Amino acid sequence: MAVQVDDAVPSAAAAVSRYDPELERIEIELLLEGIYRSYGFDFRSYAYASIRRRLWKRIEAEGLHDVSELQARVLHEPQIMERLLLDLSINVTAMFRDPSFYRAFRERVIPILRTYPFIRLWHAGCATGEEVYSMAILLQEEGLYERCRIYATDINEVVLQTAKEGIFPLDRMQEYTENYIAAGGKRAFSDYYVAKYGGVLFSPSLTKNVVFSLHNLVTDRSFAEFNVILCRNVLIYFDKTLQAKVHGLFYDSLAMFGILVLGSKESLRFSPKVECYEQFNGPEKIFRKAR
Amino acid sequence: MSEISLVVVGASWGGLTALSQLVAGLPGDFAVPLAVVQHRSWHADNLLASLLQDLTPLRVVDVEDKEPLEPRSIYIAPANYHMMVDDGYLSLTTDPMVRFSRPSIDVTFVSAGDAYPGATVGVVLTGANDDGARGLRHIVDRGGRAVVQDPATAEGKAMPSAALLLVPEADVLPLNEIAAHLVSITASASSRGERKVKG
Ligand SMILES: C[S@@+](CC[C@H](N)C(=O)[O-])C[C@H]1O[C@@H](n2cnc3c(N)ncnc32)[C@H](O)[C@@H]1O
Repeated sequence: MAVQVDDAVPSAAAAVSRYDPELERIEIELLLEGIYRSYGFDFRSYAYASIRRRLWKRIEAEGLHDVSELQARVLHEPQIMERLLLDLSINVTAMFRDPSFYRAFRERVIPILRTYPFIRLWHAGCATGEEVYSMAILLQEEGLYERCRIYATDINEVVLQTAKEGIFPLDRMQEYTENYIAAGGKRAFSDYYVAKYGGVLFSPSLTKNVVFSLHNLVTDRSFAEFNVILCRNVLIYFDKTLQAKVHGLFYDSLAMFGILVLGSKESLRFSPKVECYEQFNGPEKIFRKAR
Repeated sequence: MSEISLVVVGASWGGLTALSQLVAGLPGDFAVPLAVVQHRSWHADNLLASLLQDLTPLRVVDVEDKEPLEPRSIYIAPANYHMMVDDGYLSLTTDPMVRFSRPSIDVTFVSAGDAYPGATVGVVLTGANDDGARGLRHIVDRGGRAVVQDPATAEGKAMPSAALLLVPEADVLPLNEIAAHLVSITASASSRGERKVKG
């Protein structure tokens, strides 16, 4: 059986038995420091194993041998930095991802939100916006959308542009329809979009109350007080220290009794305010700021 | 004998049965953390962990992001995430699928080899694809050890065969001997019982 190669592994030549993990860590820290100081992108506290994997992908793709070689090229050639930046930003997302979360949100959180005259939500790290559209659909179906303002932010301008346009690939609609139904959707999913430009265009009414904006969780501050903050599958890309810092930001940005939503395999383990939250019953990562 | 910090196990088609047998064969004082990557469907729930928990006194953990690696524990990669080994803990990512798989065995194995060079054992079990082969090669290139289920005893022969093609020096064993083999090659770690993972 042929073994295909499409994932980066340090090449056999570089993978010699003399491999020294401490040395490689120094090289990677120097590279990330260099990127920060000369380009302003701060990846210094991103999760190490996944950063290393992406760096090696780029090293292989450029035909280089080690991290130091990549460093020299990145610092001298902005085109290489551009390509590396694409490798470093992971924007994988989906509509109604983890349907059981949306179902729980509908059943547990919506009744609470109903008691509010005005509701502010923040999708932090919204990528191409699939989650934002999903939540907007849910809020419309529950009759709450008119009372909501949704802030959808990401560090990546390119994905935010896609999010604003609301055009998504046709070939994922079957998966999304199944998710929508499993999430307790109340209508036909196809009511929300029309086929267009080889993709599907979602109803502009869904983004009427959405503000898309650049925001960097590492360097930017809080910009409002929210009733709901959703940050799913973003903090997993950060190391423990950075997670703690961003959790501090979320705590400060949440209204009392506000709701924090994390990805299904994330925890508050590193939040400095872990004891201030109560988790809703069940496996969903829905927390309420109680103190 | 070099000290082993981590055992990583990859399985695909037929993995449920194979993993059950492997896990049931491990003694309750098996100290080295064991991380399992089993290909599963997108919406699979936590059934695998509870199933395996019924078979062993070791602690079976459904992995969450930044899960600390501890002795006498078996870690199960969640469906739809890649699992990577860091120094002392496991990180998850939602990176794109690697050759149609998420979790990908190769992704976990490569990161294990890098995090614990010379101190990782990679185990490739049954499966109908070739995930794991390149990761196993990487573990061995980093000074670790390879164990492959004898394809003749595997429900899916393709995966162990692919691993053997890339890692001919692997220890090849029938399924029912793998647990005992793991005990013996990690013996220096297990005998101390309380050994902590570095980090
Ligand atoms: C894997 S996507 C998650 C998308 C979506 N929340 C979901 O769960 O499906 C991670 C997103 O986090 C964004 N991101 C990474 N670092 C960030 C930072 N420092 N500040 C804000 N967003 C960031 C990335 O650009 C990417 O779009």
